[in-house]
Amino acid sequence: MLMKNRSLVSIDDLTTDEILSILDKAAGFEKQPVSNLLSGKVIATLFFEPSTRTRLSFESAINRLGGKIVGFTDSSSSSVSKGETLYDTIRMVNSYCDLIVMRHPVEGSARYASEIATVPVINAGDGANQHPTQTLLDLYSIRKTQGTLDNLNIFMVGDLKYGRTVHSLMMAMSRWNTTFNFIAPDELKMPDEFKLYLDNLGLKYYEHSDFTDIISRADIIYMTRVQRERFSDPIEYEKVKNVYVLRNSMLQNTKPNMRILHPLPRVNEIHTDVDSNPKAYYFEQALNGVFTRQAILCTLLGII
Amino acid sequence: MVFSPDRLFSVPFWVSFKIGTIMKEPKQLSVSAIENGTVIDHVPAKNLFKVIQILGLDHIDNQITFGTNLESKKLGSKAIIKIAGKFFEDADINRIALVAPDAKLNIIREYEVVEKKEVQVPDLIVGIAKCMNPKCITNFEKVTTRFRVVSKKNVALRCWYCEKITNQENMQII
Repeated sequence: MLMKNRSLVSIDDLTTDEILSILDKAAGFEKQPVSNLLSGKVIATLFFEPSTRTRLSFESAINRLGGKIVGFTDSSSSSVSKGETLYDTIRMVNSYCDLIVMRHPVEGSARYASEIATVPVINAGDGANQHPTQTLLDLYSIRKTQGTLDNLNIFMVGDLKYGRTVHSLMMAMSRWNTTFNFIAPDELKMPDEFKLYLDNLGLKYYEHSDFTDIISRADIIYMTRVQRERFSDPIEYEKVKNVYVLRNSMLQNTKPNMRILHPLPRVNEIHTDVDSNPKAYYFEQALNGVFTRQAILCTLLGII
Repeated sequence: MVFSPDRLFSVPFWVSFKIGTIMKEPKQLSVSAIENGTVIDHVPAKNLFKVIQILGLDHIDNQITFGTNLESKKLGSKAIIKIAGKFFEDADINRIALVAPDAKLNIIREYEVVEKKEVQVPDLIVGIAKCMNPKCITNFEKVTTRFRVVSKKNVALRCWYCEKITNQENMQII
């Protein structure tokens, strides 16, 4: 098993076949989510900064597979508050567990931890850098709702400058001849380095400041939050804040297969009147995170 | 002998001035002044001391002379370093590519140039440059920096850890 004992730090660590294999296994866990596959295994969940969805999703995945959890939910309750280095923390935890799930605010900390640990490390978010399990659950959700990952038209809406989830998803989806539409205010446009990445691959992308008129072309709308604090000029925020709110009335002419994704938490960028529309998929997407993480845990431990 | 500012006085007088204004044939002299060793030419003047630092020339006992702020058509202002009795492995010398990508090496044996080499930007840079991302783990813990070179022409490095790009404008040598 090629991925046994390997860490998952960045989505680029995985080949396309490995990604598809994880998605296939996740589909199996969706059919049968409860088992004893992790019986006798101890998983350390080290959350150096607060997290709700990711942590609960991992813990739910581990519990449903019969594994045990040790760890902490924020660094104030760990030895880090006493000044311990990440190196020492990982060396110590490494001997207590079979696998480490880690979220840390410092970028590159997961790669560093994976070099220190002898057990696999799963990056559950390292600052603004990578969050590969989110990307895998997004891919799972896209494939499940569209039946394929090939040749899709993906709309990414909102904060495309700082959002790590859109960057990782964009880079992952570029493997399947995706057409991208980036919809963002000027201050939060997709950074040039990512557009250059698509240019080099010869993939099509289009940039817009509004998406009301083009929404009918979308297969997937990936919404993100436009945060007030990202704007240097608060007046600019006031001008654009409503442009990036998705409402049910906007969905009338959308494709039947179109689905709306959001990494959550949502604040007001998707109006609650969308929630009852069958095209709203963000809560199912969060549930898919459990199946995907079950697949990742078992793959890295060499169980399936 | 440890390299120190005092040794500046042992630098031949001509290197303190612009070559060509005092010596009639400075080029030959600059190459033939050492019996055996290496001459590193076309170093950007502003990066002379970074090159010295990267190659660890401040920690070796060999005789070293250098000149800086010399006229250069290509660089505008260049520096030259001569190290007696020292020959570098390609991997070692390529470490200076970050700060002196146009550097040329003349290998001297018995006062003759026996080989000329150009610096090649390596694919991987380990422990030379600092990651420009203040939120990178390499700026928090004792981690040896590591970069993949993503552009060799206008040198750009992708941090192995935080994956951010450090380019020539914001590059700092450790």
